[in-house]
Amino acid sequence: MSEATIGRVVPRKEGREKVTGRSRYVDDITMPGMLHGATVRSPAARGRVRGIHFEGNISWEEFTVVTAKDIPGKNFIRLLINDQPCLADGLVNHPEEPVVLLAHADKHLLEEARRAVRIEIEPLPAIFTIDDSLAKKEIIWGEDNIFKSFLVEKGNVDEVWSRADFIVEGEYSTGAQEQLYIEPQGMIATANAEDGVTIRGSMQCPYYIHKALMPLMGLPKDKIRVIQTETGGGFGGKEEYPSMIAAHAALLAWKSGKPVKIIYDRAEDMAATTKRHPSRTRHRTAVRRDGKLLGMEIEFTLDGGAYETLSPVVLSRGTVHAAGPYNCANVRIRSRVVATNAPPHGAFRGFGAPQSVFALERHLDKVAQAVGMAPEELRRRNFIREGETLAVGQVVREKVDMNRLLDRALAESGYLEKRERFGRENPGSRIKKGIGLAAFLHGAGFTGSGEEYLASVAGVEATADGRVRVLAASTEMGQGTNTIFSQIAADALGVDYERIEIGQPDTAHVPDSGPTVASRTCMIVGKLVETAAIELKRKLMAQGVLKEPYDSGEFEKACREYLEKIGELKTSCKYQAPPGLHWDDAKYQGDAYGAYAWAVYVAEVSVDTVTCEIHVDDFVAVQEVGRVIHPVLAAGQIEGGVAQGIGYALYENVVWKEGRMVNGQMTNYVMPSSVDLPAIRVFFEENPYPFGPGGAKGIGELPMDGTAPAIASAIEHATGARITQIPVTPEALMETWEGALA
Amino acid sequence: MPDAAQKIVVRCTVNGAAESVSAYPMARLLDVLREELKLTGTKEGCGEGECGACSVLIDGELVNSCLVPAMQAEGADIRTIEGIASGEQLHAVQEAFLECGGAQCGICTPGMVMAAVNLLARVPEPAEEEVRAGLSGNLCRCTGYMKIFETVLHACQQVKVGA
Repeated sequence: MSEATIGRVVPRKEGREKVTGRSRYVDDITMPGMLHGATVRSPAARGRVRGIHFEGNISWEEFTVVTAKDIPGKNFIRLLINDQPCLADGLVNHPEEPVVLLAHADKHLLEEARRAVRIEIEPLPAIFTIDDSLAKKEIIWGEDNIFKSFLVEKGNVDEVWSRADFIVEGEYSTGAQEQLYIEPQGMIATANAEDGVTIRGSMQCPYYIHKALMPLMGLPKDKIRVIQTETGGGFGGKEEYPSMIAAHAALLAWKSGKPVKIIYDRAEDMAATTKRHPSRTRHRTAVRRDGKLLGMEIEFTLDGGAYETLSPVVLSRGTVHAAGPYNCANVRIRSRVVATNAPPHGAFRGFGAPQSVFALERHLDKVAQAVGMAPEELRRRNFIREGETLAVGQVVREKVDMNRLLDRALAESGYLEKRERFGRENPGSRIKKGIGLAAFLHGAGFTGSGEEYLASVAGVEATADGRVRVLAASTEMGQGTNTIFSQIAADALGVDYERIEIGQPDTAHVPDSGPTVASRTCMIVGKLVETAAIELKRKLMAQGVLKEPYDSGEFEKACREYLEKIGELKTSCKYQAPPGLHWDDAKYQGDAYGAYAWAVYVAEVSVDTVTCEIHVDDFVAVQEVGRVIHPVLAAGQIEGGVAQGIGYALYENVVWKEGRMVNGQMTNYVMPSSVDLPAIRVFFEENPYPFGPGGAKGIGELPMDGTAPAIASAIEHATGARITQIPVTPEALMETWEGALA
Repeated sequence: MPDAAQKIVVRCTVNGAAESVSAYPMARLLDVLREELKLTGTKEGCGEGECGACSVLIDGELVNSCLVPAMQAEGADIRTIEGIASGEQLHAVQEAFLECGGAQCGICTPGMVMAAVNLLARVPEPAEEEVRAGLSGNLCRCTGYMKIFETVLHACQQVKVGA
């Protein structure tokens, strides 16, 4: 039997191709006769399309032109309620709404042509803020502009206010954030009546595209094939929007009869594709003199943009995470996501939780101040423990130990000593230093009954040479799917890691293991892979071709023997909820997630009092994510997430003008570079989760939740200015500071 | 200055081989490499010289190939990611990327490898601050750079051992 690989560092499965430049991303692929496709978008935020004019000195007859009337099936991008058109037909609801598609063999002529299409719009009044949407200044969606709302009730919060020693109120807001994967989005489509449509491209969720193209093209499922190409980062940004690009490429390919490639340039990608939902959260908290939280009333609002898309699900996760890892007897959370005339906001690592966690952690610092207690002590007095109940009514069955995580984070960061010393040294110093923290949790997998609805399937099969190939639609986008699936399968089979292959996510060959989102790939799909692998081994033993002990060579021989004697050797496993999980969709109560990752992060910052520049000097991330499958990949997930969180907190400022992002370039939308970041120091406390593969839980989204509030807390400590909004750009800090000093 | 609307023949050396390609004078070197020479290891991330995914070496200098007009490549010695390994034998920097977890999604990796190779050619034993500065023109959204710093520091040890 081979040595177990879980918990060890093995080489990234597709690493060699990546470091040599041999990996094939979508833009690296060309096809004979291929055309390039481009999208002509609305010139206005809201209005009626009165005409489409093809102008300029362009040989229009050379171009394939597609409008809504060319759609063979139904004009929507299938998702939750199908409210988003593939191409605007009569009405436009945001300034990046696609109206016309063009294709031509020459990219440069195509761009000239795109600029020569004039879309004539009769403008309608548009709304761009949460307040205008809630005030129904214009009704732009449904009856009241509200895509979705939730109400979570625990205990009776109305009764607590009279017995509170302190009542603390606060309002917090977060801006939009661009995923900024370095590979822009792109798709190649081939299409004809006989074979149907085949899509190749950069994506997280092949089956989302598969499901979206069936009604759009009016084709049955076996006439749509979706193949993931090497994907240069996703972070949620390639969850739902790729269905739009695939749809556009498919329509152009369908009409032209030629392969069509659409690659967004950076400006189009930043402007048109989804971003993190801007948010506003209001807190009202009743607290006792000893720091015990008596009641929390939370109003959480997201700006969803012009169509519903995934907003209800983002809202759901944000709502469930809004009360954090604390035990409070009385909680009411009202949440809603509203429509504005901006491109739809969508999935981005953390998926609603970074917004509500930011508000909560900032607010708890304010509560601690009101009580006259250290922020860490207030949290300590309220941390949830095993057997206690989260706001959604979920009894925590994990052996959670938030105090242990807090102690380690404080010790590793030197928090207590620095907190005291900075307070002493800051007066009289141009550079003010501060240190702050955040405590949080992140649920792995789909919320509530989501995993049961998905009913994901993953499998393994023996290849002709006796190796084992993992079959799943879960995509590699850098986070390590290929590597951890191989480790999980290798250990379940008792063979060498090198002998495991990963089947390319291709809807013609792999089962639907669900979308590659929600920190679910390792814990949920990994478990399916593990179970399928165990079943494959059982089959070999049952047929008598494999006997323990065996080495990898003997295992492969056994597979070949099975293939010869019996035939195909393929097993699969379908998701079943771990015992005892219950969720009530109507009451929005129950076991929201099978398991949570738990964490305490500490940030240390320097603030220049003259320039208002902020630098993060040190960052300590302590978390419990179950068993760590691959220490380097896991640390890489945390480091990368913290870096994105630092960008979210300090640098990444989407500037809007009438629903359009006006700083859609890497020059003026600034993400952290190698000189902007501190040492990001990552520590894991391991606590194996019995229903995860090898004991693992989810990890990917976690670091996005707690980074920004820890940094904001540190800035507040350094400056004394109340930080309630991110990003804290120097300009924003200057205004806040002047306000505080005035 | 050649006529911008007329293709010119650009003669240069790419990864040690003499090449002669026909291109518009102001065509981006990035496109010439990817489309004419089929060297698709060099990536486009932003097209405006910010992200460094298109980094190549011209006469030993690290440049963003999206900002270099084809005419400027005349007579140049160009090295791309495809010219870093010797056949199947990876360069120490590439090995270190594998070993230290410096590559995640891989799209910035070719550019990062070029920047790291260039840095180690200039500063054989860089301190971490020099590594940070040396890679500051190459953006990575996945790693938070920590594993890339480790990669470069590890690679310089390997280069030393090898030398």
